Amino acid sequence: MTLRVSILLLLLGWAFAGAAATIEVCAGCKVKTITEAIQQATAGDIVLIKSGFYAEGNIVVDKPLTLRGEGYPVLDGRMTEEALTITADSVTVEGLKIQNSGHNQLKDLAAIRVQRRKDYIIRNNILFNSFFGIYLEYAGAGIVEGNTIIGKAESEMNAGNAIHAWYVNNLTVRNNHLSGHRDGIYFEFVSDSHIHDNRSTGNVRYGLHFMFSNDDAYYCNIFDQNGAGVAVMFSKRITMTDNLFEHNWGRAAYGLLLKEITDADILRNHFTDNTLGIMLEGAARIRYENNVFKSNGWALQISGGCEDNHFTRNNFLNNALDLVVNGRANNNSFDGNYWSEYNGYDLDRNGNGDVPHRPVKLYSYILTQAPEAIVLLRSFFIDLLNFSEKISPALTPDNVLDNRPLMQPVS
Amino acid sequence: MLKIMKYTLSDLLRSRWGLLYLGFFLLLTLSLLWLSGDVSKVVISLMNVVLILCPLIAVMFGVMYFYNSREFTELLLAQPIRRSDIFWGQYLGLALSLSISLLLGVGLPFLLYGLFGSTEIWNFFVLITTGVFLSFIFSGLAFYIALRNDNRIRGFGLAILVWLFFAVIYDGIFLLSLILLRDYPLEYYSMVATMFNPIDLSRILILLKLDISALMGYTGAVFRKFLGTGLGTALAFTALLLWVVLPAWSIRRLALRKDF
Repeated sequence: MTLRVSILLLLLGWAFAGAAATIEVCAGCKVKTITEAIQQATAGDIVLIKSGFYAEGNIVVDKPLTLRGEGYPVLDGRMTEEALTITADSVTVEGLKIQNSGHNQLKDLAAIRVQRRKDYIIRNNILFNSFFGIYLEYAGAGIVEGNTIIGKAESEMNAGNAIHAWYVNNLTVRNNHLSGHRDGIYFEFVSDSHIHDNRSTGNVRYGLHFMFSNDDAYYCNIFDQNGAGVAVMFSKRITMTDNLFEHNWGRAAYGLLLKEITDADILRNHFTDNTLGIMLEGAARIRYENNVFKSNGWALQISGGCEDNHFTRNNFLNNALDLVVNGRANNNSFDGNYWSEYNGYDLDRNGNGDVPHRPVKLYSYILTQAPEAIVLLRSFFIDLLNFSEKISPALTPDNVLDNRPLMQPVS
Repeated sequence: MLKIMKYTLSDLLRSRWGLLYLGFFLLLTLSLLWLSGDVSKVVISLMNVVLILCPLIAVMFGVMYFYNSREFTELLLAQPIRRSDIFWGQYLGLALSLSISLLLGVGLPFLLYGLFGSTEIWNFFVLITTGVFLSFIFSGLAFYIALRNDNRIRGFGLAILVWLFFAVIYDGIFLLSLILLRDYPLEYYSMVATMFNPIDLSRILILLKLDISALMGYTGAVFRKFLGTGLGTALAFTALLLWVVLPAWSIRRLALRKDF
């Protein structure tokens, strides 16, 4: 009985303290540093950091606290240290501006690190000039949202990722703006997680990068002007819907790279103005529906070892080349898409063209042999070659075709 | 020279063929604009027409005009006029009349369509400029061929062959060489090879303005780096200018030596 009462009292006390205890930190306050405030605080307290400049080196949050910034107080890592290290469950960090956290290849320093804990919320922060922005390692469920992470990365070698997750599950990453890092978001061994409504732009390598991560979904994101949009590698059961892949161009740039991945769904995405829309290498059992490929150099490039990729109801609009297939077609299918290049007819008016469409041109075959032949793009000679190949296919794989191409674009 | 040029120009602009050429471009551009409504797509469609047709018409028309006005030329030769003036005057008149037809035929519909309000004005400008260059280059070649060959059949045959060479055969040989030499780095080779064909060079110039994303990948990067800059563009136009100057200079040399 007494035990129960005491537990109850203890809980009440906690709740009471949690609701009331707000420790203010500012230059003129009683508590002048964040470190001091964390030492004084008890679990559940709010540390309210007023606007100002705080260069305290590495701040370790080892209690379940809320760190809340007012008017974006600046935490400066002086280019040597990690600004915030979170080593407790249920920590919320919001409204801070963290800048100049240390750059170190050996320790992978970050602006905010979460170590082996869960139920963290990292919200509405501004991270500027960090090596890694937010680094989650061996972490459980948590939310990273509304952050703006801007780096100054120039090369892949000397840069970290904006949001880096390593061995994490049930993570939600949403409404973040990520730029100027190596990868916008990097997932390695991350499962059951959601990435949505982010904008990842101007990163040196990938906008979003999956490695060995299963059962994740990303949707409604914008990936533009990255070295390459999204790379999904060695992963299973990833759902990719309603994303926008834009302006990813350069010598080896693509909107989406699928490498050794299986059982994915790619639906309702837009690929616009990329050098290469989707690049497939060892991708199997994937559904592609209602995507739009517009004005890309190559819409699809399918390399060896790709099986059971099924494309239906996609729009291929004004791409320089719609499809490049290295090797044989295997059992990938391309039936029921709209190709702006299709020039067949539909006599029975059922909406499907009566003549199969061959999306692989002789020119795309030549390009795989001699990539320099790109300088002959749209020349009269190439048009002649393509035309004669179309009439009697000799070199292009004869089983890569759309048996019922749509006459009208899918809306 | 100017007088002869003016005479040739007015003669050609009023002729049936000149008007037909103008009418063709007017009709084509108008209908393309009317049907698609997208200025940038029309520029792409027109690109192929300009790249194929301008050289063909220029070379055929040039040879035809030279042979047809032979009697008049002989009359002029009997007068105290410098030979280079006569032939350059005729050549310039021909090239200018073709260029004017192109400019009006393609330009007027675009103007009507509100070109100056659109972002495509530079693409359009490159298209027109290369078209004018091609007209000059190929009418120069035509005059040279006609001057060299008094036999009309031979002249026409050669003219067609020259066009066929630059429009089709050259690209074929080029492609073959690319495939045969594919083990070597070919970026610079292909860049130099395009300089030797005015049609290829014009195409690349237009494409770099339009189809950048495709060209940017892989090999295109080199091209873009080179031709995309101010210096590269200047160099490409210098190459085109050389292509104009060379036949014109050869015309003069040949005209001075030729025994009529």
